[in-house]
Amino acid sequence: MFYREVGEFKTSYRSDQQTFPIALDRTGFLVTLAFAFVIIPLTMSEYWAQAVFLPFLIFGIAAIGLNILTGYCGQVSLGSGGFMAVGAYSCYKLMTGFPDMNIVVCILLSGGVTAFVGLLFGLPSLRIKGFYLAVATLAAQFFLVWMFNKVGWFYNYSASGQITAPEREIFGFIVTGAKAETLPVYYVCLVMLFSLAILARNLTRGAFGRKWMAIRDMDIAAEIIGVNPLMAKLTAFAVSSFYVGISGALLFALYLGAVEVGEAFSIQKSFLILFMIIIGGLGSIFGSLVGAAFMIGMPVLLKNLLVTNLGWPGDIAAHLEFMIVGLLIVVFLMLEPHGLAMLWRIIKEKLRIWPFAH
Amino acid sequence: MSKKAESRNDSDSYVTADGRTIGPAVMEMRNITLRFGGVVAISDISFDIREGEIRAIIGPNGAGKSSMLNVINGFYHPQEGEVLYKGEVRKPMKPYQIAHQGIARTFQNIALFKGMTTLDNIMTGRLTHMKQGMISQMIWKGKAEREEIENRAIVEKVIDFLEIQSIRKTPVGRLPYGLQKRVELGRALAAEPSLLLLDEPMAGMNVEEKEDMSRFILDVNDEFGTTIALIEHDMGVVMDLADRVVVMDYGRKIGDGTPDEVRNNQDVIDAYLGVSHD
Amino acid sequence: MSAEFFFGVEVFLNGLMAGVMYSLVALGFVLIFKASGIFNYAQGIMALFAAMTLVGFQEGQIPFAHLFNAMFGMEMHHFGWHMNAFFAIILALGVMVLFAILVEKLILKHLVNQEPIILFMATIGLAYFMEGFGDLMWGSNVKKLDVGIPQGGNFWIEENTAFLGGDAFYGFYLDTLDIYATVIATILVVSLVLFSQYTKTGRALRAVADDHQAALSVGISLRAIWVIVWAIAGFVALVAGIMWGAKSGVQFSLSLIALKALPVLMLGGFTSIPGAIIGGLIIGVGEKMFEFLIGAPLLGGATENWFAYMVALVFLVFRPQGLFGEKIIERV
Repeated sequence: MFYREVGEFKTSYRSDQQTFPIALDRTGFLVTLAFAFVIIPLTMSEYWAQAVFLPFLIFGIAAIGLNILTGYCGQVSLGSGGFMAVGAYSCYKLMTGFPDMNIVVCILLSGGVTAFVGLLFGLPSLRIKGFYLAVATLAAQFFLVWMFNKVGWFYNYSASGQITAPEREIFGFIVTGAKAETLPVYYVCLVMLFSLAILARNLTRGAFGRKWMAIRDMDIAAEIIGVNPLMAKLTAFAVSSFYVGISGALLFALYLGAVEVGEAFSIQKSFLILFMIIIGGLGSIFGSLVGAAFMIGMPVLLKNLLVTNLGWPGDIAAHLEFMIVGLLIVVFLMLEPHGLAMLWRIIKEKLRIWPFAH
Repeated sequence: MSKKAESRNDSDSYVTADGRTIGPAVMEMRNITLRFGGVVAISDISFDIREGEIRAIIGPNGAGKSSMLNVINGFYHPQEGEVLYKGEVRKPMKPYQIAHQGIARTFQNIALFKGMTTLDNIMTGRLTHMKQGMISQMIWKGKAEREEIENRAIVEKVIDFLEIQSIRKTPVGRLPYGLQKRVELGRALAAEPSLLLLDEPMAGMNVEEKEDMSRFILDVNDEFGTTIALIEHDMGVVMDLADRVVVMDYGRKIGDGTPDEVRNNQDVIDAYLGVSHD
Repeated sequence: MSAEFFFGVEVFLNGLMAGVMYSLVALGFVLIFKASGIFNYAQGIMALFAAMTLVGFQEGQIPFAHLFNAMFGMEMHHFGWHMNAFFAIILALGVMVLFAILVEKLILKHLVNQEPIILFMATIGLAYFMEGFGDLMWGSNVKKLDVGIPQGGNFWIEENTAFLGGDAFYGFYLDTLDIYATVIATILVVSLVLFSQYTKTGRALRAVADDHQAALSVGISLRAIWVIVWAIAGFVALVAGIMWGAKSGVQFSLSLIALKALPVLMLGGFTSIPGAIIGGLIIGVGEKMFEFLIGAPLLGGATENWFAYMVALVFLVFRPQGLFGEKIIERV
């Protein structure tokens, strides 16, 4: 009754194909945009910005990237952490090697480097599939972390092995380094997420999305109807790594400022992003964002509830977090492999006819 | 509705009793032998498929029919013999390259993409015709959107033809078997193939569904002139639909001609014990 | 023969012993994979949990003490007893059997028809859950595990091999614990192989691994087999947990052995028991020898972190079924 599709007749293929075919959805989207671009930045506290919003924006990009590879194209990757590291270290080398380069260009180029690396690691994907590919990506994860730790060229031979982002600005606002201001950083990340999400949406609703999904669902049949499997998989790896690399570069330069590869880009991060897309919904851009919001927001909420309000020690909150995440992963895989995005769609379907039962 | 045209072995075009033009051979199999390790699936088989005709491949279970279809389709490469498509000897190619040559097929055990809707599945049939690159697709507005809409229009024609408008947006996994088979046919048709291969299109269908499917197959051949090769067990269907029939048994060809010629062939009768599946 | 050579032999022997430990962990995986097609990412956490439970019983810890204290403002931690190692092991085993039953009932039963990759991700979820659960139940601090196995360098061996290799070589330094671990692991592996070949249950296990449908049709209960398999895997996890825990303490890093088992499985094949053994030995020796010969002098060390994976990667590309596994066939 509230959520109406009645009366929404589409008279052209263009309007049938649009991202938000239902008027109420379009309004909802605009309201969300208003919140994201105006209301939140003006009202958020420093704590919420650093603890929730910035990580959400940054990991949202990574989640979209992984979803393209795993959710749409069906190639499971456990190496996202390592690829974020590639993005971060590329950004570092570009920033220190070309001090006059605009930071946005650095970030985009870092994405490009990561796309190339992703392409290389994607080459074996023609011969090894499914679970075995997942293990190969695990190998990539460990190797990349080792490499950035050991090979001095990557961290400019600094004694600590850490990489630190030098100061950079956009339109006069400092966005990296110690003097970075939160608001400009927020807007940079927001604009990046917004544009990348739109590009991803366009890519996945057209021919490429269909090629990827065909490979995912039945790769032999896909090949027989004319999909070049190597090109499809390589493009998925490249695009996905582009996104993950940008996310890593943003995480390093704009959020953390200084990074130690073993801590910041460990296998825990790979799992974090994987969990985002499982819970949020495989094969859904919207789902990637929902999942990212959940995995970033839930620990913060839990900590606030248990530690701040109930006075429990912090480690209990951490343990419960693990239990809840593990439980949700198993439950979602059992009941709704298409995650919260699918649940949301089902709720909307029910709302369409509420208060009637059918 | 049966075709009683005489079997022609020359390469001239001729017109059938019901007004369709059958051209020279579009696909020729010459001395094809296919082995899997020690097992010989196909042994020295030669036949041709003429442009615009409906060619049936029949034979008892295990005769090697599906393997033959896979050879036509380019999925299997025969150890001996040649395949000629449109007059040219086929070089070893990947399956997706062959799809670009205008050969489309359906599968015995339905190979639809379960994660997608009917519309999206049939749209995948258009992938060989969609050329826009990645950057263009990312931007969407302009060339990519136009290409999408053009191809959508073609797919909608196929949907109309197969009368599946109401299930356009349904995920195919939820469709009943008969409709899934129809969607799979739609996906093959959307590619606008020169040669359509159907692997047991009637399998698992009831009488009504078979009539519908037969009608679609005939319409495809009649309206679009598509050459069709099909594997089928239902003799009634074969006799009604096919212009010519190839009979296989134990990997060998034991009959080749019009349905009437083949029906009266003693070897064929022996192989089947004269069983008609009506 | 120079001292260098004998140092190399020492590295080789240590590699063999490390390899036996890897094989033990890999075995747990092979058992479950063979019987249910699932790669149990949670095997490592199971080892950690088993070890924690053992220590918890031994020390008389109150389960979930930390949580209760926080909820009710109490300050209790121990029951006050000390349990004999033998009984504690039996009890810990019982807990792992209970774990196996619950996993089958709550998770496996519902995921029967899914593809392997979904099942794999479910075990990742299970691993995370068990990590939090174990920490909540027994506390996440590092614990010392002592079931009475002697530790420290074995002087007997050291003295009696000092005659080799001249003055610079002081004899093979092999840790007694490692020797005990090797012996126990070997006994365990041999018993498992005998069990699977010669007992009725073992045969049923192999039947299930071969063909679920056929096994069902001769009356084997799939669910019962799964419980048994997970219980055995739990037992293997317990042994692995005791060995590693005694060596380096019961802490989170214990669960990372699971990640080491992966390359072993890729070398040996996911479905082969002898493969797990030989793969483990090869990785154990290979790792240590590579570090000794090339890693430390030429590459700056710490190559053990990734050597195994590189080998595994090579196998993945050229021989995905490993040395002994079954070939993976795909049909249209």
